[in-house]
Amino acid sequence: MNKGKKALVYLILALGAFIMVFPFIWMILSSLKTASEVNTTPPTFFPKSPTWDNYRYALEKAPFLIYFRNSVIVTVACVACTQFTTILAAFAFSRLKFPGRDLLFSLLLSMMMIPFEMLIIANYQTMVKWDLLDTLIALIIPFTSSIFYTYILRNFFLSIPDSFYYSARVDGASNWQYLWKIMVPMAKPSLVTIGLLNAITCWNSFLWTVLVTNDTNVRTLPFGLYAFMSSSGIRYERLMAAATIVVIPMIVLFIFFRKHIVTGVSRGGLKG
Amino acid sequence: MRQKRFHADQERLTAKTFLVPALFLAPFLIGLIIFTVYPFINVLLISFKEDYRLANQTFSGIGFKNYADVIADPYFRSGLRNTSLYVVFVVPIATVLSLFIATLLNSQVKLKGFFQTCYFLPMVTSITAIGLVWKWLFNFDYGLINYLLSLFGAKAINWLNNPVYNLPALIIYGIWSMIPFTTILLLAGLQNVDPQYMTAARVDGASTARIFFRITLPLLAPTVGLTLIVNMISASKVFSELFPLFNGNPGAAYSLYTVVYYLYDQFFVKWRLDRAAASAVILFLIVLVLTMIQLFIQRKWEK
Repeated sequence: MNKGKKALVYLILALGAFIMVFPFIWMILSSLKTASEVNTTPPTFFPKSPTWDNYRYALEKAPFLIYFRNSVIVTVACVACTQFTTILAAFAFSRLKFPGRDLLFSLLLSMMMIPFEMLIIANYQTMVKWDLLDTLIALIIPFTSSIFYTYILRNFFLSIPDSFYYSARVDGASNWQYLWKIMVPMAKPSLVTIGLLNAITCWNSFLWTVLVTNDTNVRTLPFGLYAFMSSSGIRYERLMAAATIVVIPMIVLFIFFRKHIVTGVSRGGLKG
Repeated sequence: MRQKRFHADQERLTAKTFLVPALFLAPFLIGLIIFTVYPFINVLLISFKEDYRLANQTFSGIGFKNYADVIADPYFRSGLRNTSLYVVFVVPIATVLSLFIATLLNSQVKLKGFFQTCYFLPMVTSITAIGLVWKWLFNFDYGLINYLLSLFGAKAINWLNNPVYNLPALIIYGIWSMIPFTTILLLAGLQNVDPQYMTAARVDGASTARIFFRITLPLLAPTVGLTLIVNMISASKVFSELFPLFNGNPGAAYSLYTVVYYLYDQFFVKWRLDRAAASAVILFLIVLVLTMIQLFIQRKWEK
């Protein structure tokens, strides 16, 4: 590439990057402005006198700390349970031999196309039947098994040579020991990727939360934010402060683990 | 010979060959059966139960009445039309833009990590939270988009309160949020293309555009095809975006129903589970057809 062309590439890339990131910048800048400054034409870019008042207001008027705690509990529990079921299932589908294994696995893969939106009708009834509405458990238990993550991990497990298994078995290790002492440590990068994708999905989950939680004590951040908008009116400087509270943890996670997340997505995409 | 006997031994159904895998699979399968298999069958059944009542779970007969009702419902039709328009605009535009970005990111530029962070960031953020930011950007009086339009001498557009502009607003937001995921997939595809082809073409004096359209794009076609389908499936489920933008309503004048919004509305607002189930099965059929196309493309390209 010659110099002019290269400069053009950088210019276009920078412009595009700016457009993609701009809503986040605008969110943070708006959250630091006063009400009168937000509603001015022409708009100011940087806040004239940055203020934390909107954050204070959001935290006082809505229990965002409780929402935050709930989001953390639900995300951690979902990821932990899913990791556990995924590791065991991926092991069975890659290492163990049993009749009908491949048939069962293809059946599961074909089930991946069932949209979750379709299942909410019956799953809601299950929650009613089990008396789990308005509990954090209702936000966790429907999401403890993932075919998609099992598929990713199984593929990784399949790439581990059989010789590891046979030598471990000769040394007297059981399937269980072999799985946790040898396979899981080797699969760490895959597990981190799966865990991150799962955490992002859990943290941002909206539809199901709207259905099964009503009590503010069990709401998670996205629904809490939406409720905050409905209850305290459209005051953009405050809404932007609240939105920032919801978004920041995932941004931090993304900046630290970008490579893992990108590899995970490129291997098969985010599954909701 | 030994190999064969070993194999036969493994396939024989004994207590041990059954029990060990069953224990490993149990936690996974139990969750799946309760929250995927059972509800899937149940929703399928409900969709055929006429006048299904949730309270006592009674119904008057079995048949296609719910489907007929749903298909005749103007709200469902408008939902299907809006969803189709959303898919038809968002997916191709987002894919073309992403292809452009991915190509630039794949060329020899510095600061790749920085650019990737910028382009991929929207992917990890909550639809509700960032949807509120777009609501603010689309604001009629003080929103930045209308301000930018005014700089070019254009009139302010009432994006969110004039039903005519509701779908365009949703589409703009949809394109922005689809770009990160699409760019990642296409970039991964580009990185798998052997650079030798390009080098050879360049040595032969082919222009950048020619190399892109005659070499890169054909080699990337399978990835593009898959990306299109995956995005079409996810765009067919457009729903959560409506909540922050239109305060939980399907557009300003209830004119922006989508397929999933219709499902949600019948289920959670009107408590017509039978119709909700019928619309859910229709959604499933849409996804099924798209997935079949995806598998067909995959198989064709693998040959």
